[in-house]
Amino acid sequence: MSSSSAFNDDKGGSSSIGEPEYGHDPASGGIFSSDYKRHDDLKEMLDSNKDSLKLEAMKRIVAMIARGKNASDLFPAVVKNVACKNIEVKKLVYVYLVRYAEEQQDLALLSISTFQRGLKDPNQLIRASALRVLSSIRVTIIVPIMMLAIREAASDMSPYVRKTAAHAIPKLYSLDPDQKDQLIEVIEKLLADKTTLVAGSVVMAFEEVCPERIDLIHKNYRKLCNLLIDVEEWGQVVIINMLTRYARTQFLNPNANESLLEEGTEKAFYGSDEDEGKEEKVEAAALVAKRKPYVMDPDHRLLLRNTKPLLQSRNAAVVMAVAQLYFHLAPKAEVGVIAKALVRLMRSHSEVQYVVLQNVATMSIKRRGMFEPYLKSFYIRSTDPTQIKVLKLEVLTNLANETNISTILREFQTYIKSMDKDFVAATIQAIGRCATSIGEVRDTCLNGLVQLLSNRDELVVAESVVVIKKLLQMQPERHSDIIKHMAKLTDNIQVPMARASILWLIGEYCEHIPKIAPDVLRKMAKSFTNEEDIVKLQVLNLAAKLYLTNSKQTKLLTQYVLNLAKYDQNYDIRDRARFIRQLIVPTDKSGALSKYAKKLFLALKPAPVLESPFKDRDHFQLGSLSHLLNAKAGGYQELPDWPEVAPDPSVRNVEVPEWTKCSSREKRKEKKVEKPFYSDSEGESGPTESADSDSDTGSGTGSGSEESGSESGSEESEGESESDKEEEEEKHKRKSKSRAKKSTQESEGRKLFLSSASQQAVSPASGPVKSYELLHRITGEGLSVSYCFSRQPFSHDPHMVSVQMQFTNNGDTEARNLRIQEPKLQSGMRIAEFPEIDVLPPGETVTMVMGIDFSDSTQAANFQLCTHTRKFFLTIQPPVGELMMPVFMTENEFKKEQGQLTGMNEITEKLTLGETCQGDAAIVQRVTSTASLSRVPCGSEMKFAGKTVTSGSLVLVTIVTREQLVAQLTVNCEKMLIGTMLVKDILQALSQ
Amino acid sequence: MIHSLFLVNSSGDIFLEKHWKSVVSRSVCDYFFEAQERASEPENVPPVIPTPHHYLISVLRHRIYFVAVIQSEVPPLFVIEFLHRVVDTFQDYFGVCTEAAIKDNVVVVYELLEEMLDNGFPLATESNILKELIKPPTILRTVVNTITGSTNVGEQLPTGQLSVVPWRRTGVKYTNNEAYFDVVEEIDAIIDKSGSTITAEIQGVIDACVKLTGMPDLTLSFMNPRLLDDVSFHPCVRFKRWEAERILSFIPPDGNFRLLSYHVSSQNLVAIPVYVKHNITFREGSSQGRFELTLGPKQTMGKAVESVLVNSQLPRGVLNVNLNPSQGTYTFDPVTKLLSWDLGKINPQKLPSLKGSMSLQAGACKPDENPTINIQFKIQQMAISGLKVNRLDMYGEKYKPFKGIKYMTKAGKFQVRT
Repeated sequence: MSSSSAFNDDKGGSSSIGEPEYGHDPASGGIFSSDYKRHDDLKEMLDSNKDSLKLEAMKRIVAMIARGKNASDLFPAVVKNVACKNIEVKKLVYVYLVRYAEEQQDLALLSISTFQRGLKDPNQLIRASALRVLSSIRVTIIVPIMMLAIREAASDMSPYVRKTAAHAIPKLYSLDPDQKDQLIEVIEKLLADKTTLVAGSVVMAFEEVCPERIDLIHKNYRKLCNLLIDVEEWGQVVIINMLTRYARTQFLNPNANESLLEEGTEKAFYGSDEDEGKEEKVEAAALVAKRKPYVMDPDHRLLLRNTKPLLQSRNAAVVMAVAQLYFHLAPKAEVGVIAKALVRLMRSHSEVQYVVLQNVATMSIKRRGMFEPYLKSFYIRSTDPTQIKVLKLEVLTNLANETNISTILREFQTYIKSMDKDFVAATIQAIGRCATSIGEVRDTCLNGLVQLLSNRDELVVAESVVVIKKLLQMQPERHSDIIKHMAKLTDNIQVPMARASILWLIGEYCEHIPKIAPDVLRKMAKSFTNEEDIVKLQVLNLAAKLYLTNSKQTKLLTQYVLNLAKYDQNYDIRDRARFIRQLIVPTDKSGALSKYAKKLFLALKPAPVLESPFKDRDHFQLGSLSHLLNAKAGGYQELPDWPEVAPDPSVRNVEVPEWTKCSSREKRKEKKVEKPFYSDSEGESGPTESADSDSDTGSGTGSGSEESGSESGSEESEGESESDKEEEEEKHKRKSKSRAKKSTQESEGRKLFLSSASQQAVSPASGPVKSYELLHRITGEGLSVSYCFSRQPFSHDPHMVSVQMQFTNNGDTEARNLRIQEPKLQSGMRIAEFPEIDVLPPGETVTMVMGIDFSDSTQAANFQLCTHTRKFFLTIQPPVGELMMPVFMTENEFKKEQGQLTGMNEITEKLTLGETCQGDAAIVQRVTSTASLSRVPCGSEMKFAGKTVTSGSLVLVTIVTREQLVAQLTVNCEKMLIGTMLVKDILQALSQ
Repeated sequence: MIHSLFLVNSSGDIFLEKHWKSVVSRSVCDYFFEAQERASEPENVPPVIPTPHHYLISVLRHRIYFVAVIQSEVPPLFVIEFLHRVVDTFQDYFGVCTEAAIKDNVVVVYELLEEMLDNGFPLATESNILKELIKPPTILRTVVNTITGSTNVGEQLPTGQLSVVPWRRTGVKYTNNEAYFDVVEEIDAIIDKSGSTITAEIQGVIDACVKLTGMPDLTLSFMNPRLLDDVSFHPCVRFKRWEAERILSFIPPDGNFRLLSYHVSSQNLVAIPVYVKHNITFREGSSQGRFELTLGPKQTMGKAVESVLVNSQLPRGVLNVNLNPSQGTYTFDPVTKLLSWDLGKINPQKLPSLKGSMSLQAGACKPDENPTINIQFKIQQMAISGLKVNRLDMYGEKYKPFKGIKYMTKAGKFQVRT
């Protein structure tokens, strides 16, 4: 109390100088002074060192913010407390900061250091909330700090902090769109996150920052599908919507065949020429037949299967998301499952009902059968809000067909008695639509509507008139009595739209009622000046038509009406009058047009098609805001059309970590593709070759899993649409071989690869395999031979290097009896010849595998290749890197082994890396392509291990990159010669 | 996604605003007020209103409009569902969700909204998690806080956030371990003039109040699970198990929650527990109308029909009514023309009736519409669909909990056309 009174005095003192309105007298201050005082009060409380006072002050400030009062002048006082120990005070300060930081950027910077400290806090909640606030402060200067914080948080241990990082991404993006590229990197990283907590948030960020980068999803697609059920509900909605779009770009239309047929039938319906339509239909059917049968991509199936349980979610948004996914993606036969869930949602709050009904209305046009069993759920209650009633009516109308129309019409009859007149009007329109779409009930409907013309409520009558007008246009000659009846109504009905409709009808069909029509015109001429514009236009129209058909009786009347119209206030009416006069009244100057006046006015007009306003709304993604508004909302992502040809499905396969290059399907494929060996040859030879190599080697002692893997590769290349079953079998096969290779048991890409490190797996390193020419086709007189070191273990003898040879007959005569003879070998070297090739027809290519034991030397193997006519002397000299095979070991084993191979056995060289050889991946790639080694999984250094094929002595390679381009290479090997040569080769490879 | 939130009371004042991104001026609500004026009834305000720069998505609950401001494409149901969740949370925290309650607890409301949305995207909406972050205000806690200086805000990340069961907090302790389940069924029906059923379906829910120590794993099985036509679950229910065995298996959240809602739509299963005899006529030419209404029980399996309330919106031409109820009381509002008869319990021996006359505007012709009659009632200890819980078992904890199951049938949207 005392302090505040002191303040009053102070204030009084200063006020006498510059601010007279804050006078001594409290009464004179009014609202302003009391406000001012309170704020100062708060400042004092915030400055005190009692937490309870601070808290009280902050609570009052937050209450001000909540009411929308401006509290920005307290900024300096509040921001001081950002480091307050009391967590509630701190939180409220955060609330304040986020609200006002944008306005007071300079002062807001004072708080940044506190958050930066918070980012390092051991408590994950504090780390997360520091990031939240830091990223919510919209101050452009701190963009780099935010970027850094997001990057760090994205690799935080706590998934909660990572989630917060994902949330921060769109915030930063909206603040500074230039950061997009860097943010995409973070998104890419977070997309790979395996926790359900992060998944929803990062997809949200993806949608806001880079929805067009669909390629980022490929690798995570299956993971997202599998995690989906455990993601929190809001994340589910976002993920499902995104996956719908994704699926539309990656898979084929499951209903493609049907829709083609449908198109054909539709054309038959509307086409003017029956036969033509039929032909088209036949064509379509033929096209369908020609098309190869549709097989659903297993990933497409996976998505449908994993989303289906979510139809049972308690969250309406999730149910709707799944429903739209099924509507847009599922085969026609399966879409039905969503109807039940959508009907269930109709019991929910009226807002939910509103949105769901909008979507049901759109769906029911395309897939009427789906909702027919639930017809009664759309019956209207008198307590429904009008907007719901109208939507239900829309759905009922869409669902009407020959079988249920009588029930629906009976139901409509009760609606017409409703007290809600807007609803009654909508019902009448619905009846009109039923009548146009279902011919059988047209007369019944028309009679019912005519009865309504005697209704006491003018709105009802007016609406009926409008609808009857449309219906009569279909068969006017049969209904002249109805037209007469309506002509009488002009005396009573005042609603302009209805009057206009009646006048139009009379004008159009004046020949059916020749006596009444002129009389109506007479009446209208009398009241012309008092009519609404829309009615006046129709009076003019009526006059013109009568003049043309019955000029004797109506000439003067028409003149009179035209004169009235000439001086009308509305320029539309004046224009029309001038136009009509020129057209119908023959004068000397009248042009050619007036001859055709009758044709112009009394042309046969096509009956209107009463269409649902929801027709064609399904080009918007269902459940979206844009669909609801039937207009593109900002940020709406168009739902793409199905592709004609499915993009490569292998992009969704998950990559295996570098050191277990074994079973991943696409790896293998890539490898094959990259082999120049194959790309030289004709496309078809690829698969046959690998099958051959299987039969050659698979039965031996070599690694069986390896072979089954390559088998799958060949199958894949034949046709990607192999079913899951085959993979299952494959999996089984591998298991039965009982290798201690866990990672190979994983089915390709179905599961996430979590390769365990402690494996003995010896698997060939990938990387491009170089092919060498053995016999040129000119020297070989048409026969050419090339070879490569396939790095597959040679199955008959593990001490041999397998050499894959490809024979191509480029000549025009067959080559027969291709075999090897008289090998001239150095001591210790051996050769395992390939089985003789009986016949090689011209243009064909055959691949064989031969084993050579080089006995750990780079000496060449010389031999003769014989055909039925000739002999060729050939030489194979292996590069040193091919004399070894990869060994898998852990870092510790590596270190242990390395420790035993020091001194003479260790060769160390410094090298400068080539321009194109920067980054770990490039180095690894170069080394593994130079020598058949496998990488040892370890941290920063790069270690490779292998052993020589014949003697099995270890070869260990270490590369340490020092600076930008300087590296050190160490090779440890018992065989010094091999070591030295290997060093030379690797040096050359890396420095290129 | 959600840019800002405005709370608007029935008289059109904005009494709370919260922004998650840049501040949106409250003048954006003018578009909402315009739409409100155009709508004849409060519930006729369109839930989605486009404006030049924003979209307004609103829900109406407890006579408060919750208006969310959206700037770009977002599934509308996403926002609507979230807003309803906000209301549910407020109700959970303050008991009621009224303007007064929100104003009294404005700081807690703000803290809650801050936690529920981050940058417009939902962050924590599970009540168990929220309650660890921000403790609900109670008188006791307010007193304790003022004395000890402790706060209402949690300092640790709620355990649920990171666990596989995010809906349940850890370290729950109770001296009395109890689990109550209420099976509540609502009948939605339309009965036509002659008394035959046009459409009838049952909407059921199982609401639970579980106060069990530790991490109990419950299973609940039904005698006749095939009855359930369509179900939706709380996220805690294991879907696979239900698919395979039709058993509800779940680790429950702590406190009150809705375990399951279901739908029985096949009509022959739906028994209509009451019948109505009515005779409402207006004579041509005279300014009088006759009104007779009698209710009776039907297919109630011997249970009493209680808390019966009859509402009817009479035609606009009716000036006043002069009725004589055999039991209970009736009211008629001459402005809204709403007739409401609160008759309590139906006695099968002496059926309740409401008879008398209506006076119409002199000279006006007879109204051509007939009023519909809306009926509310309750039947205790019975689920009209015949659904019965077979047993409830608990695994994972040693103690023996106290279990209770209650059945009730209510009228949902029960209408009789005349």
